[in-house]
Amino acid sequence: MSYSTAEIWFIVIVLGLGTFLLRFSFLGVIGRRQLPGWVLRHLRYTAVAVLPALVAPLVLWPQAAGGEPNPPRLLAAAVTLGVGYFSRNVLAAIGGGAVTLYLMLFLMG
Amino acid sequence: MRNTSARGAYWRGFWAAAPFVLVVAPFGLLFGVVATEAGLNLVEVMSFSIFVIAGASQFAAIQLMSENAPTLVVLGTALAVNLRMAMYSASLAPHLGQAKMWQRALASYFMIDQSYAVSIAEYEEQPAQSLRDKVAFFFGAVTPTCLPWYGATLLGATIGQTIPPGLALDFAVPITFLAMIGPMLRTAAHVAATFVSVTLALLLAGLPYNSGLMIAALGAMAAGAQVEFWQTRRAG
Repeated sequence: MSYSTAEIWFIVIVLGLGTFLLRFSFLGVIGRRQLPGWVLRHLRYTAVAVLPALVAPLVLWPQAAGGEPNPPRLLAAAVTLGVGYFSRNVLAAIGGGAVTLYLMLFLMG
Repeated sequence: MRNTSARGAYWRGFWAAAPFVLVVAPFGLLFGVVATEAGLNLVEVMSFSIFVIAGASQFAAIQLMSENAPTLVVLGTALAVNLRMAMYSASLAPHLGQAKMWQRALASYFMIDQSYAVSIAEYEEQPAQSLRDKVAFFFGAVTPTCLPWYGATLLGATIGQTIPPGLALDFAVPITFLAMIGPMLRTAAHVAATFVSVTLALLLAGLPYNSGLMIAALGAMAAGAQVEFWQTRRAG
């Protein structure tokens, strides 16, 4: 990465402060007032809105494989998602994905 | 007597949250490794875990930083990942909103997925308990879920400096995120949001400044909310 020390600290501090303000918003400031239903409805989907968008290009076009679709990584991604979906267990999914990736990289040399 | 009940509530919170150390510790370890591999020094890695203390957003920030994304994109994306914390804050407010200011500030700092989930389950099951007990329970739940985060990050950052290249760690972040997404796909609305998120992100991947990511996220939130709206209207 090519950030200056000052930029890295700017990111850490603003991210830390912003995250605290999100956590403190209702508990500290707004109190017992209810959020409107449509806001809650949108907030419920932030994680499934941001994380897949972040991860999709990394899975399909991994830098480490020259930006081309890479079978070991594609299969590892599918196994991770599948294990996570069916087991509802994050660590099992990471384990399944990691084992698949290393096995495939080993087999395909 | 009141002290005894608060102490009991603290330990009930502690033991209810204790199993989650098995989730938090490996995550923190992985963050330490990945952030170190990405090029941050030990102090910078630790400051992420101390100031931000929110795993998914820390991973998101590191991933975008390793792609040299603009600072505003790094911040916008990582903060978007944490928007759900505002929802947690709103749902805890009826239970902890009357606590002392320093307690509310401290509880906010330590509000992570696990401490929130364990506490809100307890409050909904036993809404009548005293404010003092509710606060004690929350900090009980914080102890085994938040405190290991620091040590695990430190250990990961230390190990990270000795890990040889060629371990395909480039894929650690994608696997971590995919592992978190799988269990989130609980309803049709969550699946719809994920589908829109992936589709738009891939279609808009060429846009400058990773702006496709932000558009994809906004579109996906709207899609999830809309599907939920249709479903509740049909059910109602």
